[in-house]
Amino acid sequence: MKSDEIQSENIVVDEGLDILEQTVRNEYKYGFVTDIEADSAPKGLNEDTIRFISAKKEEPEWMLEWRLKAFRQWLKMQEPHWANLKYPAIDYQDIIYYSAPKQKEKPKSLDEIDPELRKTFEKLGISLDEQKRLTGVAVDAVIDSVSIATTFKEQLAEQGIIFCSMSEAIQNHPELVRQYLSSVVPVTDNYFAALNAAVFSDGSFVYIPKGVRCPMELSTYFRINAENTGQFERTLIVADEGSFVSYLEGCTAPMRDENQLHAAVVELVAMDNAEIKYSTVQNWYPGDKEGNGGIYNFVTKRGICKGNHSKISWTQVETGSAITWKYPSVILKGDHSVGEFYSVAVTNNYQQADTGTKMMHLGKNTRSRIVSKGISAGFSQNSYRGLVHVGKNATGARNFSQCDSLLLGDKCGAHTFPYIEVKNKSGVVEHEATTSKIGEDQIFYCNQRGIDTETAVALIVNGFAKEVMAHLPMEFAVEAQKLLAISLEGSVG
Amino acid sequence: MLSIRNLHANIDGKEILRGINLDIKAGEVHAIMGPNGSGKSTLSAVIAGREDYEVTEGEIEFMGKNLMDFSPEERAGEGIFLSFQYPIEIPGLTTTNFIKTAVNEIRKYRGQEPMDAVQFLKKMKEKMTLVNIDQSLLSRSLNEGFSGGEKKRNEIFQMAMLEPRLAILDETDSGLDIDAIRIVANGVNKLRTKDNAVLLVTHYQRLLDYIIPDFVHVLYKGRIVKSGTKELAYELEEKGYDFIKAEVEQGA
Repeated sequence: MKSDEIQSENIVVDEGLDILEQTVRNEYKYGFVTDIEADSAPKGLNEDTIRFISAKKEEPEWMLEWRLKAFRQWLKMQEPHWANLKYPAIDYQDIIYYSAPKQKEKPKSLDEIDPELRKTFEKLGISLDEQKRLTGVAVDAVIDSVSIATTFKEQLAEQGIIFCSMSEAIQNHPELVRQYLSSVVPVTDNYFAALNAAVFSDGSFVYIPKGVRCPMELSTYFRINAENTGQFERTLIVADEGSFVSYLEGCTAPMRDENQLHAAVVELVAMDNAEIKYSTVQNWYPGDKEGNGGIYNFVTKRGICKGNHSKISWTQVETGSAITWKYPSVILKGDHSVGEFYSVAVTNNYQQADTGTKMMHLGKNTRSRIVSKGISAGFSQNSYRGLVHVGKNATGARNFSQCDSLLLGDKCGAHTFPYIEVKNKSGVVEHEATTSKIGEDQIFYCNQRGIDTETAVALIVNGFAKEVMAHLPMEFAVEAQKLLAISLEGSVG
Repeated sequence: MLSIRNLHANIDGKEILRGINLDIKAGEVHAIMGPNGSGKSTLSAVIAGREDYEVTEGEIEFMGKNLMDFSPEERAGEGIFLSFQYPIEIPGLTTTNFIKTAVNEIRKYRGQEPMDAVQFLKKMKEKMTLVNIDQSLLSRSLNEGFSGGEKKRNEIFQMAMLEPRLAILDETDSGLDIDAIRIVANGVNKLRTKDNAVLLVTHYQRLLDYIIPDFVHVLYKGRIVKSGTKELAYELEEKGYDFIKAEVEQGA
């Protein structure tokens, strides 16, 4: 059946190429602002701000206490500066910590959502309509700080799956939230996690009951809209014994001259035999060609393989943000548990990324795999920072890490900071790293075959990132491929 | 088809080509031979438009158009194909995907609709038999881990898919054993028509046993110092390049 194989391969290929062609010359197209009235907290951060947020969300007392505890800790903490990043000091008093699109009443159904908001999501290519059924993706959309709508909720509920905004979860499933919130990322884990705990306004909550395989991809789109607003979302995913869920996260922001702060926390919990696959396409506004504006992205993402034979897999395609500080990690507590990290990080112009992972092997026969592909262009700096820790009881732990860097031009930088701590003699940790440059020979070869330089770069870059892209769900892979081409637009030649 | 007049070219300020004159008509096969460092590969690269080389004097006309006005990818669109001496590798990009992009980019340049998957597949199957190339090779990353023979066969396969007017084969025989040369040469011969032309660039005469040239030119120190028919190639094989060198020195 050779011919069938060829044909199906070509059809997939075809799609990718058309997309590249269309998008190679695109600018950041998500940089629009939606004109919606917003309900905001006053600028600045103090206990009153936190009480304001908590009151707005009609939170129970325990939640307010939890936030205030985090805030008081945060006041005692210092902003970390160990990463390979340079940026002007952030004025935490010059940020609006809560901004909600004004709606008269809480929408009862999708039809009641503000038409302006719906237009925003349409521009982003996210249909909140149930027509989305065909693609089988359930969407939770967060604009500025508040979750707007969650599709397919009823359908998922039939199987006992909870997929809703964090605010709703606090109201309707307090027992689950109290059990798991900050169980993976403690409120005092780090400066930005503490800030998030104090002021987070919304996010997504997912619970997959025992033995349930979530029948569709769950997806959240985050968008910052209002000016001077920080976005602090908090996501919690719990996969109970023997369950499976694949979760997608996407994000965009308008183009603004000043920097905006984004500090999210994501926690994943996988019980015995459960599997969580978490994919991100991060496309926050990266700033302009001179390095003005853009999002400061300080994110704490961590999962725990709590049960035996559980698995957590992070896949990320990072093309946006002026500053990226992000290390999706896995604590491999259960025996035979598996952690994976697949990453493509692209930096162009004056973008800076310091990203990687931590694999903490605590259980026996735990395995982890890290594949990181960094692509730097322009004047950007791209760092991989990763820790592989094998604890003293982690007999039979295995890790394989591969960190590859691709450079476009000679004014950018690629850096690799691998940290390895092995406390059990049976541990096997392998690390491979390569750095390559797109060569003039490669470009000329493509040119000679009629392929222009921009397309050639897109082909080479997508080839370089292929191993990671293969781990993205199909609809996301296509989008990610587009993004790679867009973010490297104009970087060669 | 191709007309080169008094072509001079430099790399890093060093003059490599010092006044080349060459005419190639449709349907002809020309061979350029010469000792190492005579400028053979430079000539191929300059025709294909490689920007590392600076053309300081002279002109290249192709199908009545001044080639100097065209970028390398436009020259490909005009119908010039270069089979590389050292084909490059692109990890993660399948050979099929690469060729499909090339075919459709060239079609776009010519104002033609892109080929769909079915048409492309059909054409690929047809051309695969010509150069005796295996499907499994085409689904691997471009040239990555290919043997010398596989790389060259892949070059000729691309030539078959792109159907150029002028194919320049730069040292296609280097590093190949005799069986591989025969396969590659067979492919080239099958692709010959009265409308296209081939420029063979080679150090050795042996490839010319399989692809019979209409004309043979000897390149030495950046100039064509002798032209003739295929008998000239035999003479070179027999006497070595020294006799040419001696002749040139005498003349000078």
